[in-house]
Amino acid sequence: MPEGARAAPASPAALFLAFNRLAMMGFGGVLPVAQRELVERLGWLTREQFLELLSLSQVLPGPNVVNLGLIYGDRCFGWRGALAASSGMLLLPLLLVVAATMAALSLGEVPAVGGALRGMGVVAAGLVLATAIRLAPGLRSNPLGRAGAFAFVAATVAAIAVLRWPLPLVVLALGAPGIAWAAWRLGKTA
Amino acid sequence: MGSLAAGEDGVSAVDAAWPALLWGPVGIGAADWWRLFLHFTALSLVAIGGAITTVSEMQRLVVAQEGWLTPVQFNGCIAIGQAMPGPNVLFVAAIGYSVGGLAGVAATMAGSLLPSALLAVGAGRFGERYRHARGVRAFTAGLAPLTIGLLLATGAVLLQPNAGSPVAWLLVAGTLWLMLRTKRNPMWALGAGALAGALGWV
Repeated sequence: MPEGARAAPASPAALFLAFNRLAMMGFGGVLPVAQRELVERLGWLTREQFLELLSLSQVLPGPNVVNLGLIYGDRCFGWRGALAASSGMLLLPLLLVVAATMAALSLGEVPAVGGALRGMGVVAAGLVLATAIRLAPGLRSNPLGRAGAFAFVAATVAAIAVLRWPLPLVVLALGAPGIAWAAWRLGKTA
Repeated sequence: MGSLAAGEDGVSAVDAAWPALLWGPVGIGAADWWRLFLHFTALSLVAIGGAITTVSEMQRLVVAQEGWLTPVQFNGCIAIGQAMPGPNVLFVAAIGYSVGGLAGVAATMAGSLLPSALLAVGAGRFGERYRHARGVRAFTAGLAPLTIGLLLATGAVLLQPNAGSPVAWLLVAGTLWLMLRTKRNPMWALGAGALAGALGWV
């Protein structure tokens, strides 16, 4: 149980219900809702604890908000908590997505539906770009320095979108030197 | 789906509908199912910043290499994931269903979530213990620019099929404005995109 929090979930079932509720409120992104629910309404985490969990979840592979639920659930009730939080977040929305996909496939021949999905796909691209722009200020305090960090950003965009390198190669070719350089810089300032 | 028409056509349509529900309209076999699962499993472990950062690589298999979906169908799956409530990773369920029915959902969801979930729980326990270690901090900091670059590249890849349309660029600009300058729900942008698309403007 995290120290300093106002409250704590009583059982894995309470975790399941809380994460189900916040997932069902999150259209186009669950993270802002998760912060409001877990920190402000339920008081299960302090703002600092939430930030710490989030930065760990963000660097781990996998969906950030699911990782956050898994790690928090695990800290509360071990693997049962991790299972409760993640399934609470995923089960009901999964049923909705499958139902929506079935509907879209059966209506896909209708030009208006195909057009609507195309338009929403364009907006989805915009939402992803907006997420990147919102996260970018976090690079200012990066040990690589502002210029170094943004050089890595530009190299990653070029490798994926222009050169069409496969992602594992990008992670190896750019991630490994990034980590090594950060370790060296952290060692120098320490 | 065939199941919707089953009532009109009688028993034979019901018989035909179940395999389509289970294995999808394309009707992928066990070998393709396994390939789908392995591909998403491998991507799970490199999906730093979320499954959305590996969209370009999913597209490479599902659209470019296998031709299971067209680029527009593929983008529709991403849009469904964004339009529904819940974590955005659920777009992989839409891809899974479109490619291989309920079996496809199992392949893409288990592939995308199981490896990263095990790693997250392990790293959560490790990180709690060695929170201040230099290695842990260097890992976080060194990968942060990559995360942002991957998101930008994903946006670019998603835009490519519609890059010739001025309305598409307007929609992207409007979405950026809504997300960065207002506190409104992204549903408004998705609704505007759906409307513009349904009217044939995109």
